[in-house]
Amino acid sequence: MTARIERPLSPHLQTYRVTLTMALSIIHRGTGIALYFGTLLLAWWLIAAASGPGAYANVQAFTSSIIGKLILFGYTWALLHHLCSGIRYFFWDLGYGFKPNEREALTWGALVAGISLTVLVWIIAYAIGAGR
Amino acid sequence: MSGPSSLRTPLARVRALGSSHSGTRDFWRQRLTAVAMVLLIVPVIAVVLTLVGSNQAGAKQLLGYLPIAIILLLFIVASTWHMRIGMQIVIEDYVHGEKTKLALVIANNFFCIAVALASIYAILKLSSGV
Repeated sequence: MTARIERPLSPHLQTYRVTLTMALSIIHRGTGIALYFGTLLLAWWLIAAASGPGAYANVQAFTSSIIGKLILFGYTWALLHHLCSGIRYFFWDLGYGFKPNEREALTWGALVAGISLTVLVWIIAYAIGAGR
Repeated sequence: MSGPSSLRTPLARVRALGSSHSGTRDFWRQRLTAVAMVLLIVPVIAVVLTLVGSNQAGAKQLLGYLPIAIILLLFIVASTWHMRIGMQIVIEDYVHGEKTKLALVIANNFFCIAVALASIYAILKLSSGV
């Protein structure tokens, strides 16, 4: 083997100015990791529904508590943001939206749509909950 | 394997082994399951919202209704598959020790399969009325 050639390293993350698309890329991964563990809530709810009234009441006690509601609200936002942000990647996979103004617009769109849909879902949830 | 002790060059070791043509399999399945969930998310959220404040009997009745059970089953399969691939990418990006990486990839597979099967079993139990 010949001597190792010392090549320059590519610049690390902290070298770059933080941009919106970069921040949203990190948030996409972050919400994905959160949803990974959040799936346990969905599984718990389904197993409780299949188990009986006692198990189901435990889930409801958790979801109606302050901490439970905060976690569910975060889960809703993570899910809907990851969805909207993910649809952005379909545009890029298909070769559209690479111009600077287009990728900024797509990214702002995903951010605003994710928050708006989360608020909408919770307004509907409270309206249904109040009706019972 | 490699290193100064090996008399074979890296090129000689990989030459003629060929490509498995499966390099983009996970990329494709990640998108496939994503498209599936874009279609399934509206009915899934509608089901969950319908059951806000409902008791177990109400939840059992709605979740056991065949079309809804099928939508939930499809969503469980798509989401657990999607998250298995996603978490593996995260592990491969940040974990550089080979043994730790292997252990985490195995744990990731076990977790996703366990969540999927537990959820599927619950939905089937709700549908069969046992």
